[in-house]
Amino acid sequence: MKLKLYVADRQIVRPGDTLAVIEEDGNQGFKRIPEKHIYLVDNNICSDVFGVASVSENDISVIPFNSVYYPRKEDVVIGIIEGIGVTSWEVDIRSPYKAYLNASDAIENFNPLYHDLKSYLDIGEMVLAKIVAFDRTRDPLLTIKGKGLGKIIEGIIIEVKPSRIPRIIGKKGSMFNLLTSKTNCEMTVAQNGFVWAKCPDEYRGEVLTQAIKLIDEKPHVRGLTEEIKQFLEKKLGG
Amino acid sequence: MSITPQREPVMPKLRAENIIKMLKKGERVDNRGLHDYRSISVSIGIIGKAEGSALVKLGGTQVIAGVKAELGSPYEDRPNEGVLQVHAEFVPLASPSFEPGPPNEEAIEVARIIDRSLREPRAIELSKLIVQPGRLAWVIYDDVYVIDHDGNILDAGMIASMIALAVTKLPKLDISSEGVKINRDVKETPLPLNTLVTTITMGVLGDILVVDPSLEEESVLDTFISISVDEKGRIVGLQKRGLKSITPKTLDSAVEIALKKGDQVLSFIRKVISSPQEYMKW
Amino acid sequence: MSESKPRLIREDGLRVDGRKPEDLRPIRMEIEVLKNANGSALVEYGGTKVIAAVYGPREATPKAVQLPDRAVLRVRYHMAPFSTSEHKSPAPTRREIELSKVIREALEAVVFTDQFPRASIDVFIEVLQADGGTRTAGLTAASLALADAGIPMRDLVAGVAVGKVDGVIVLDINELEDEFGEADMPLGYAAGVGEIVLLQLNGVLTPEEFKKAVELGRRGAERIYAQMKETLHKKYLAILES
Repeated sequence: MKLKLYVADRQIVRPGDTLAVIEEDGNQGFKRIPEKHIYLVDNNICSDVFGVASVSENDISVIPFNSVYYPRKEDVVIGIIEGIGVTSWEVDIRSPYKAYLNASDAIENFNPLYHDLKSYLDIGEMVLAKIVAFDRTRDPLLTIKGKGLGKIIEGIIIEVKPSRIPRIIGKKGSMFNLLTSKTNCEMTVAQNGFVWAKCPDEYRGEVLTQAIKLIDEKPHVRGLTEEIKQFLEKKLGG
Repeated sequence: MSITPQREPVMPKLRAENIIKMLKKGERVDNRGLHDYRSISVSIGIIGKAEGSALVKLGGTQVIAGVKAELGSPYEDRPNEGVLQVHAEFVPLASPSFEPGPPNEEAIEVARIIDRSLREPRAIELSKLIVQPGRLAWVIYDDVYVIDHDGNILDAGMIASMIALAVTKLPKLDISSEGVKINRDVKETPLPLNTLVTTITMGVLGDILVVDPSLEEESVLDTFISISVDEKGRIVGLQKRGLKSITPKTLDSAVEIALKKGDQVLSFIRKVISSPQEYMKW
Repeated sequence: MSESKPRLIREDGLRVDGRKPEDLRPIRMEIEVLKNANGSALVEYGGTKVIAAVYGPREATPKAVQLPDRAVLRVRYHMAPFSTSEHKSPAPTRREIELSKVIREALEAVVFTDQFPRASIDVFIEVLQADGGTRTAGLTAASLALADAGIPMRDLVAGVAVGKVDGVIVLDINELEDEFGEADMPLGYAAGVGEIVLLQLNGVLTPEEFKKAVELGRRGAERIYAQMKETLHKKYLAILES
C-alpha cells in the first residue's frame, strides 16, 4: 500500500487530523481500526483521538494521551473488590465494565452453605487477576487461578493512566528492567493502569513511585529511559 | 428521608490502612501537618456579571461563590431586614459521584451551615438592606458552585462565600414615580459587613483531629466536626457530621484548634479583600 | 429590563462592541482544568464563560438506560444561578432541557459510540456567565473535553451563533444582539469533515440571508476549529519538548 505521509513519528495529532493518504486507485469508503485509533475515509487515514502518532515503515497508529482501560481477554489486571454476592465477587477494574470473579474460581470445592465469601475477599481488598472472558455482550470474567495471581496482601500500589503501561514496560522490557534493577523492588505491571511493587524498604518504594509518576506525566518524551535512569541513580546511587 | 451513603469508588483497603497508620503517627500522605490547610488560591470577580464572585482552590477542590442582588419582599417576621439566601450545588462536573438533579442532603447541609454561620453573628448587617420597610428589600443570593471535589467542600465554600460577599458591589437603585428599579450599569455600594466568618473542618480519628481533610482522607475518616468562628474569636456555628461519636475532650481540642486556625484563615481573607486587584487572575 | 430597542449597528457600520459584522469576540480555550473529570475544558467567547467536563466511558447507571451495541451519550447543559443578569433558579428550565438534547445530538454525529457497548459517556456543560452564544460555546467546550478525555471521534466540532441585527448578518452574537436582533442561528460545525452537526433558527430570514448566514457561520466555525486544534497541540508540546 503506497502511502503519502502527512505526519512524522511522535507528532501530536487530534481527532480528524489526516495522517496519510493512500495513493491507490479505488475508494476505500469508510472503515475504522479502533485498536490503532485511526479511521479511513475516501483514502484518507485520520486520527480518531488526541494523542501522538506512531509512524513506522509499514504501520501508522495513534497513541492516545488519555484513555480509560478497555478490557481484553488474557490481560493481567489488578482489581478492587466492590461487591460481594452469593456466588461471586464484583470487582472494580477501573474500566467501563464491572468485572466478576466466581467463588468457585477462588475457593476449592466451593459450597455457599459452608464458605463465606467475605472471609476470603472483603470489600476494598485487591486481587491480581486475569481476564478469561469478555465480549460486547457481557462483563469481563476474571480468574485468580494461575501463577502469581491471587489476593494482594502487601506492597504498594501505584495508579497510572492505562495508556502508559507500554511505556513502563518499555521496548523489550527495557524500562521495566531499569526500574526493578535500580530499586531492587519486585514489580508486577497490570494492563489496567496499576503497578504493584514489593520493595526492600519504604524509601525505595517512594523512589519507585516517583519514577513511575514521572513516566505517567511525560511518556512521549525522547530519551525518557535515560532521564529515568539518571533520576534513579541520583536518588539511589549508581 | 436520609440514607447511609455509598462509598464510590471503593478505596483499596491497603491504601485506607496506610492513611490511618500515618495519621496515628501524626503524618499525612501529602506531607502536611495534622493541622495544616492545603494551599489556598483565590480569584476574585471571575463572574463579571455577578455582583460579587470568587473562585477558591483548596488543594484540588475548586468552588465558585457567585453573589447576585435582586429586589424582593422581606420575610414577614423580619419586615425591616434584607434577605440572605445561600444555596449550594454539587454539579456532576465536579466528581464521578455527583448526580444531576436537585441538591442532595450533603449539598443542602453545606448551604445551611454557611447560611447559619453568616446569619447568627450578623456578618451582613441585613437591617441596612431594607429599601421600603415591610415591602421591599435587597435579596442577596450566595450560590456556592462546586466544580471540582477533592475534599472539604464546606471550608472552601465558606471562604469563597465570605470573599465574594466582601467584594460585592450592589447595583444602583433608580427610584421614580413608577417604582424602584435596579440599575446594573452602576455597581458601587459594598455590602454592609459587621465581621468576617470562616469555618474550620476537622476529621476525627479517635482523639486525633485532622484539619482540612482531602478527598482520600474523607473517605477513610467517617466523622467530622466543623466549627465556624468570627473575627471576635466567638464560635458562630458548629456541626458534627458523620457516622461515629466524639468525646467531650476531643470536642474541647477541636474548639481550641478551630479558634487558632480560624484566626489564620481570617487573616488570609482580610489580606485578599484588602488588595483584591492582586487576586484577579484566573 | 430595558424595553426600548437599542441601536445595534452604529453609524460607522460597527456593532455595539466595536466589532465588524464578521468578527468573533476574543476567544479563550483551556483544557484539563478539572482534576476529577476524565477530560475538561474552559471556553470563553467574550463575556460568555462555560466549563465542560467528560466522565467516561464508564458504567451506565441505571442499567435501564444501557444500549446493547453502543455507549449512551448523556449531556447536561446547565446554567449557574449567577450566570445571568438576573438571578436564575437552579432548577432545570425547558430551555436547558432542549439545549441539552440539541448538543447531545450534535455530539452523536461525531463520537464513535459503538466502541463501548453498554457504557455511558457523560458530558456536563456548566455556563458560569452568559453573554450570548452559550450553547455554541458549550458545544466547543464539550468537544475539547471529549478530546482531552481520549474519547474516539470523527472530528472536533466548533460552535458559533450567527445573528441578524438591524438588517445586518453578524457573527458570534452577544447577549444584547441576541435579545434585540431579528434572528439568532446557532451553528455547530465539524470543520475537518465539513459537516453541520447543530443548526437552529430563532427569528426570520429570507433564503438569501439564510445562505449568507450559514456561509458566515461556517467560516467563523473554521476559525474557532483552528484555535481548538492549536489549543490541544500546545498543551502537550511543552511536555514533549522538555
